[in-house]
Amino acid sequence: MIPEFPDLGLLHFLNDPSVRSALWIGTMAAMLNGVIGVFAILRSQAFAGHALGDISSAGGAAAVFTGISALWGFLGMAWLAALVLSALGLKRAGERDLVTGVVLGGGLGISALFLYLDATGSSYSGAAVSIMFGSLFGIPGSMVLPVILSAMAGLLLVLLCYHPLLLVAADPDLARVMGVPAAFLETLYLLLLGLAAAISALTVGAILATALLLGPAGAAIHLARHPAQAFLYAAGIAFFCVVAGIYLAYESFYWFDGMAWPVSFFVVVLVLLSYLLAAAGSRIGIRQGRQTPAGATR
Amino acid sequence: MSSLISSSVGEEQNMLLLLEVAGLQVQIAGRSVLEDLDFRLDRGQFCALIGENGAGKTTLLRAILGLQPVRQGSIRIQGKPASELRGQIGYVPQKIAFDPNLPLRTRDLVELGLKGNRFGFRGFFGNTRSAVAAALAAVDGEGFADQRIGRLSGGQQQRAVIAHALVRRPPLLLLDEPLANLDFRSTNTLVQMLGRLVREEKITVLVTAHDMNPLLPFLDRLIYLAHGRAAVGDVDTVVQDGVLSHLYGYPVTVLRHQGRILVLPEDPRQGMETACPAHREAEHGEPGP
Repeated sequence: MIPEFPDLGLLHFLNDPSVRSALWIGTMAAMLNGVIGVFAILRSQAFAGHALGDISSAGGAAAVFTGISALWGFLGMAWLAALVLSALGLKRAGERDLVTGVVLGGGLGISALFLYLDATGSSYSGAAVSIMFGSLFGIPGSMVLPVILSAMAGLLLVLLCYHPLLLVAADPDLARVMGVPAAFLETLYLLLLGLAAAISALTVGAILATALLLGPAGAAIHLARHPAQAFLYAAGIAFFCVVAGIYLAYESFYWFDGMAWPVSFFVVVLVLLSYLLAAAGSRIGIRQGRQTPAGATR
Repeated sequence: MSSLISSSVGEEQNMLLLLEVAGLQVQIAGRSVLEDLDFRLDRGQFCALIGENGAGKTTLLRAILGLQPVRQGSIRIQGKPASELRGQIGYVPQKIAFDPNLPLRTRDLVELGLKGNRFGFRGFFGNTRSAVAAALAAVDGEGFADQRIGRLSGGQQQRAVIAHALVRRPPLLLLDEPLANLDFRSTNTLVQMLGRLVREEKITVLVTAHDMNPLLPFLDRLIYLAHGRAAVGDVDTVVQDGVLSHLYGYPVTVLRHQGRILVLPEDPRQGMETACPAHREAEHGEPGP
């Protein structure tokens, strides 16, 4: 499936099979998280996105303990939490954040149990670090296809429900009046959020999953003038951060005498820088009158 | 007792009949909100739904929209049950407050009025430009078409939502307390705009309000709600001491002065005038974004 590359000069890192797996998984994580992250911010549910990423660590830890693949561990736990949040179906933002916080606490408690069991019982001592902070180069190649298929399925669902999802995010009342099944979309959205968080957790770790979900989307929302632009920018920024992060991590092996720095570090730093640049850029844009600042038209 | 003034729509006028509410009863949490409501609205009528807080105005709108379960009675629009027309009626909610950071322009919101309920790939095809432009023109919204919706003033956001509702050319447009948070000038602009929609587009507009006065120059019909019952007809027939006293179940005085109307229900339980439909925004007021 993955062809051998000839001598590529600057792109020599593509010759490494673990890099190629990392690029596939990272690209899928970037596209899905960029798109779903925009919805999370539009719906003011950034905290739920963050929580699902963190909670998925329990699944990752359980996967190590039981020997199943990490992706299914992350995904199973993220979806379980998503269904709990969906079943509670809370409307007011304050109440929602409270319950999300409670569910997050419970999830992390389960995570603590399995990380303890992993540490005492298994032969793999680095489990905690790799679950929490990721080990993109250590993911087996057999994971590539399931990640591509599930991310593509997620993106296809977003496309199929694009306009209703957007209207529910903008104003749920207007959506209900138009006959949009708001409760169904709420559950669908939370499951997609869980999928994005799980693939992000696999890429940069459960704790850092939130960075890939919210950072590029937040940057894109600063820059974009309309919804389609926001989704494209978010996916693009996330893609850039992941690919550049993988490249820098690979190269760092040569900078530090064979002690490569973690991919997650580079990805997250690039995400932060993009967000700061976008926020600064949109301020400058406002000052130049390209956009109207809040309240100026009143 | 049910309908104090029955609408006198003859058989020959049934072509014009748009909305028919018959024997409508709604209960919320065991409490009767609407009791045996009957009225009819014709195509191209400007109608106000007047009543105090808790009189059931929003409940009636939600029932027409199919969002509120009905205990008894029927709501038919163009001869069909309202539930079949769900999604085709225009609605402008009272609370409009978009996040200033939404990357959503006014024209995007208006476009969602057409595409917001389209699943599958249909939403990505079909040219909506001219429909969106026409809806924006109808609310004089061309000037802020490309601005982020959350950064508009309250009045502009309201016009944007009206355009969102108009773009699918609804036969009936419902507005919940559209005048509640507007100053004098914006109120006049909005009422004139709605009057123009009724005349030129032949849309039936139903507006809820505490105060009927700003609407008076344009009103074709008035539904006066009190204690779950309604009096229906044109303004002069409904807003009379006798009719409203019957509706409230205690004496009501109607004062007319220079074309303005003041209704003074004299609630015996409180021994004083309880409601004058003057400006009472403070009770309902939602701060603008």
